[in-house]
Amino acid sequence: MSESAYKEMWENLNLDVAAHDGLLEVLGKFYGDIYMSQQGRLQGMEYLDFVLSEVHGLRIKELMDAKAEGKKIIGTFCVFVPEELSLAVEAVQVGLCAGADAGTEAAETVVPRNTCALIKSFIGFKMAKICPYTESCDLIIGETTCDGKKKAYEAFGEMAPMHIMEVPQRKEASDRVLWKSEVLRLKDELEKLTGKTVTAESLKKGIKIVNEKRRALQRLNKLRAAKPTPISGRDVLLINQVSFYDDPIRFTASINDLCDQIDERIAKSEGIVPENTPRLMLSGCPMAVPNWKLPYIIESSGAVVVAEESCIGTRNSRDLVDESGETVEEMIDAICDRYMKIDCACFTPNNERMDNIKELAEEAGVDGVIHYSLMFCQPYTHETFKVEKALAGQDVPMLAIETDYSMEDVEQLKTRVEAFVEMIS
Amino acid sequence: MIAGIDIGSRSMELVLLDKNEMVLERKLPTTFDPASQLKIILDGVKADLISATGYGRKLVTEEICGAPCVSLTEIKAYALGISYLFPEARTILDIGGQDTKAISLMKNGKVAKFEMNDRCAAGTGKFLEHLATVFQLPIEEFGNYALGGTEPLTINSMCTVFAETEATSLMAQGKNPRDIALGLHASIVRRTTNMLHRVGLSEPFVFAGGVANNPCVINMLTDALNIKPLVPEGPDMVGALGSALYGKSLTEIS
Ligand code: SF4
Ligand code: SF4
Repeated sequence: MSESAYKEMWENLNLDVAAHDGLLEVLGKFYGDIYMSQQGRLQGMEYLDFVLSEVHGLRIKELMDAKAEGKKIIGTFCVFVPEELSLAVEAVQVGLCAGADAGTEAAETVVPRNTCALIKSFIGFKMAKICPYTESCDLIIGETTCDGKKKAYEAFGEMAPMHIMEVPQRKEASDRVLWKSEVLRLKDELEKLTGKTVTAESLKKGIKIVNEKRRALQRLNKLRAAKPTPISGRDVLLINQVSFYDDPIRFTASINDLCDQIDERIAKSEGIVPENTPRLMLSGCPMAVPNWKLPYIIESSGAVVVAEESCIGTRNSRDLVDESGETVEEMIDAICDRYMKIDCACFTPNNERMDNIKELAEEAGVDGVIHYSLMFCQPYTHETFKVEKALAGQDVPMLAIETDYSMEDVEQLKTRVEAFVEMIS
Repeated sequence: MIAGIDIGSRSMELVLLDKNEMVLERKLPTTFDPASQLKIILDGVKADLISATGYGRKLVTEEICGAPCVSLTEIKAYALGISYLFPEARTILDIGGQDTKAISLMKNGKVAKFEMNDRCAAGTGKFLEHLATVFQLPIEEFGNYALGGTEPLTINSMCTVFAETEATSLMAQGKNPRDIALGLHASIVRRTTNMLHRVGLSEPFVFAGGVANNPCVINMLTDALNIKPLVPEGPDMVGALGSALYGKSLTEIS
């Protein structure tokens, strides 16, 4: 497909083509610097390089083709939205979380300045008309995971078709009741939008597809932790990011291929870094494309990231939906149970997260943890204290980083990360 | 012979180590052309290894220096330098040109925890330097000048620019300028004591970096913490010294 044909597609989507060109240029350069410059990458990463080079091209074309076939596109911002249901009504679900400093000025006309970069970014992308995914969506599902998002969706809802799910804040029986009613409400909404009914058969298939995707990611997460590290943290982060918008079946197959290659590497004891390279775990706020700042800084400071405790990481793949349900009701229950296990910082209390972090740090054999929170993110910044305490109990040192998408603090961050790496080596 | 260099935002320092002896110390302003300054500071120096720290540590390359080069962060450099000068030290405060760091050390001198100011220059040497110019004083005299005050006036803002606005408006109200200066020093101390408590302050406590030359900050810090900090001679040379010690440790391994 030629560039000019894409241009027409972008125009049809009502993008601001000039601004969009600017975004693509920055993205391309960033990608080149951070990814293509790596040595000894796995061949399987070519798939991801391709996916990313076509992120606004071929994949959008696929979405347009799906739309032409009468399928609906569902946009999401959060791992709480069950993709199983979207698949059960033959819709395509794509993650929209935006990870770049774009349209910020426009965003600040509708949300306060002291709002996290993630929120400003998804609003900015919309207002600047530079995100073909946002523009492709027939419905965007928001969720009440934090006050910032909750209020931002009110502004966003004036610009795009939205449905909001209420995510409970505790994990008591009454919260489970609320959550189930929200899942059912989403199901109704999706059925209404697509004119299709969720059947036992279609839901079973949806569950299977998403579980397979999670299994592939679980496999990857196990393999990445081998010594010496067979794949860079940046590459795994990218895979996790792509898992939100690529076709799930194709994605699963490609990641399993990649894992086969990693198996071979491990058998040969081949690593991308020397065996004694300090191993770090990243923990905290999600990192949406193209937010690669911190992982890049870490991996150019003589350390390697071997685990991600994040929504774009293990939080998205750790738990599966029980596959034994036969009726729609049973399967909806299984979905509810699975999603109630998500240990997002929006819950109170949220002790599972501490347990999961300790477990992951242990399993991945890390020398330290970098806790990342976006500036002005209340839930994760609050939990920084607890995480540090939990890790201290296991003698795992932790460095807390609070930052956003801007580049103004890069030198500062480098010094802090390098000092942390020196400290644990 | 090992050369340790600390390239800060304001000045660069060089320490030359022969065995365990410091045989040379030099200091130059960093200016807007640090690469040229680096050549000047290294002029005539024959080192087997150059070890660099500070903001400009990555500037130091074999091409520029004509010797193998390594780098380390200021945090490690200060830990090494201070442990050498005060083997028992457990907490370090380093206030430099643009960074303030609090470091706690383990018994073996390794870094246990550190804190750094983020983003802006609040509470750093730059803050004092800028405000000294408002008082039309050279930075070296600002501390002594402030010590002449009796009652520190409250300066609420940590931001250099807003603090200046506050200071000038107090001047316009006819307040004693020395009391204003004292208040500005107090605001630096407030900020650093917080940082020290976050890393867990324990004694012996050493205060280093360029601002440790300022007697008023030392006094106020002593009052605020109830601990008299140890201050090394030439507190701004510690980074370069630590850097040289790091270089030395590398040559000893191989
Ligand atoms: S951090 Fe919480 S709100 Fe954000 S994507 Fe994850 S689960 Fe959703
Ligand atoms: S990063 Fe924090 S504040 Fe921002 S949307 Fe996520 S939970 Fe909310």
